[in-house]
Amino acid sequence: MYQYDQYDQAMVDARVAEFRDQANRRLEGKMTEDQFKPLRLMNGLYLQLHAYMLRVAIPYGTLNSTQMIALANIADKYDRGYGHFTTRQNLQYNWIKLEDAADILADLAKVEMHAIQTSGNCIRNISSDHFAGAAHDELIDPRPYAELLRQWSSFHPEFTYLPRKFKIAVIAADTDRAAMRLHDIGIQIVQNDAGETGASFYVGGGMGRTPMIAPQIRDFVPLDQLVTYAEACLRVYNRYGRRDNKYKARIKILVHEMGAEEYTRQVEEEFAHLLDQGVEPPLAELERIKPFFADPAFEDGAKTVDRSDPDFALWVDRNTVRHKHDSYVSAVISLKPVGGIPGDATGDQMRLMADLAKQYSFDELRVMHTQNIVLPHVKIADLHALWTALEEAGLGAPNLDTIEDIIACPGLDYCALANARSIPLAQRISEKFAEKGRNEELGQLKLKISGCINACGHHHAGHIGILGVDKKGKENYQLSLGGSEAEDVSLAKITGPGFDEDGVIDAVETVTDVYLDQREDGERFLDTYRRIGMTPFKEALYD
Amino acid sequence: MTDLSQDLGASPDEVQFRFRDDEVADHGTVTVDSCCDQTNATAVRIEPGDDARVLLPFLDRLALVEVNFPNFGDGRGYSAARILREAGYEGELRAVGDVLIDQLSHMRRCGFDAFAPDVRLDEDDAKAAFAQWDNVYQSATDARRTIQELRHE
Amino acid sequence: MNILTGNDLKTGEVVWWDGQNWSPSVHDAVDVADAADQIMASEETARRVNVPYAILAERTAEGVRPAHIKDRVRALGPTVRRDLAVPTATKTGWDWVI
Repeated sequence: MYQYDQYDQAMVDARVAEFRDQANRRLEGKMTEDQFKPLRLMNGLYLQLHAYMLRVAIPYGTLNSTQMIALANIADKYDRGYGHFTTRQNLQYNWIKLEDAADILADLAKVEMHAIQTSGNCIRNISSDHFAGAAHDELIDPRPYAELLRQWSSFHPEFTYLPRKFKIAVIAADTDRAAMRLHDIGIQIVQNDAGETGASFYVGGGMGRTPMIAPQIRDFVPLDQLVTYAEACLRVYNRYGRRDNKYKARIKILVHEMGAEEYTRQVEEEFAHLLDQGVEPPLAELERIKPFFADPAFEDGAKTVDRSDPDFALWVDRNTVRHKHDSYVSAVISLKPVGGIPGDATGDQMRLMADLAKQYSFDELRVMHTQNIVLPHVKIADLHALWTALEEAGLGAPNLDTIEDIIACPGLDYCALANARSIPLAQRISEKFAEKGRNEELGQLKLKISGCINACGHHHAGHIGILGVDKKGKENYQLSLGGSEAEDVSLAKITGPGFDEDGVIDAVETVTDVYLDQREDGERFLDTYRRIGMTPFKEALYD
Repeated sequence: MTDLSQDLGASPDEVQFRFRDDEVADHGTVTVDSCCDQTNATAVRIEPGDDARVLLPFLDRLALVEVNFPNFGDGRGYSAARILREAGYEGELRAVGDVLIDQLSHMRRCGFDAFAPDVRLDEDDAKAAFAQWDNVYQSATDARRTIQELRHE
Repeated sequence: MNILTGNDLKTGEVVWWDGQNWSPSVHDAVDVADAADQIMASEETARRVNVPYAILAERTAEGVRPAHIKDRVRALGPTVRRDLAVPTATKTGWDWVI
């Protein structure tokens, strides 16, 4: 993975020193909260329900054991012994003190990490495919391009005061594992008919209040113009994105209101102009970055496992994913134990995962936007030893992409924006279905829960989505069906009137019963829904 | 950098920092709408909603372009500034309004060479702010060599 | 009644105005009646609390109960981590939050 050179290191060190100074001035009363707030947000420090919350950036979801151990140590030393992996591949600490924040950033800087631009109206963490570099179906590893864009977007002088936050995802496979079409800019690295590699740009996707799927703006940008094209996209947004209404300020609204055609025209005009300005980094820079993402020294070995232990076999079937090398798989460590808090990990669990990565995965881990952890390159021959260790630590749940693998935002238990609690729902649902032994039967079922309209739980993209709302001061939940974050992207539709907590849990069971009743061979829940439509579900829920 | 805090006195847009050697431009700015082919104005003020490119045919006539930041969170002025410099504008480019310490370095990189904040800034803080970046990740108007370029020299 | 709440500037801990200081226990909160703005203004320079705001609450047998569930979660702690509850608030039990 990428390693800082002197320039990268000096940059984060300088920012830590600056933040320390800013935080001190705030604590000494030389700065008001109004003046300090945008500064602390630029370093990912929020004020949440219980304390300050720090969001640490994990660029394109990739980290090594040293970094994971540092995250564990921070959790233990400065927080309450755990962290939360988010739907943007980052990590959040919930119990941070302002007086410790600079020290935490300094500890992060020592391991080439930071919390820069994880908040605020600027370009945020650039996400990517959590199986990048391992997937059998990718064109190339997308992460060098993500790294190029990460540097370009850090402290960009023109784009530090955008109308709103800006999220970019980069993938390099037709299979979309990063919800690319639901980002402000989604980039797919592709190959054209002439065999050249380039970038396909999709602009104007997003979730939140008004979910939208990004239209394609340009099918092929040559790779030596990637940054210039991104700059053109951002400049048009910075100039024309709405600033009159916070809820209409994302680029998706601009593209929608202007029309994709007009937005494209403006971008192309700006792009043509910027090509003469020397905005693109030298091509040598991309060539310098690429070797950091070169394949590790794969070795040939066993291509199958001993399936005599049925629990092990189940975990292998569910939680390992085909690798480009036939002696390897990518293994998913579930942070969704039945009845547990989705995406949370204790310091000890982080340390264990770090050790396992060192031992079994060439010292590399990935954070999934679905709040699990990936060991990208595990020898099939090592799988049983790995699984044994995971089982012992409560990290061996064989539930990838099943109804137990729930995505839930922190919700009203943690977040100042929330209307309702999301975690208890996730806990109760996973317990209910585990109790009924339904997990296996239901197969792939992506259930996503958001505690408010900001949709950090990505409920619009859930096969089953749940949205928490405030109904006359009480928590209430809307159920929606048929969303997908993958390359068959779609937005979920609301079933009808909302439910209370007990009601929505029953409702989830009802809709899964309809699916089991109606499904045809090989159909997932999503497929059955798409075939039979909303009516049978509505009837079961409300009649 | 010339500190003109003593020189400008009663001007409503008191220029606190200026990075030019020439004479300070006459203050009388006109709006973008009433500029350029109708008058022989040499000083224009851009508001966030204006299109800076409207000024492109008149750049060699203009001695001063003010860019207003009514609210520091409204970043449209940064694009306006770069657009003007990219088009070859060489006159004074002045940031006015809600200009705070933490914006100075970014504004400078986008081509601003004069600053008239609504509220006077601490001189020492400003000096540090202008020198904030030992190195930079992206190409901008100021022609600083980027980190990527330095890596491959 | 009206009570004031905020987060401790240095630690971020949830605090409640008890008449003189900011207490970590919601049950120490006092009715500020119409004086909310005045108190918050004078506390600005004291630099003890960050982003204070006034909320409705009622005095019950168990203590002070904020009107909105969000502030009850702040008062007691995340309902899913009862081990992390605010020590001085737990006399009420978790149903009090919901």
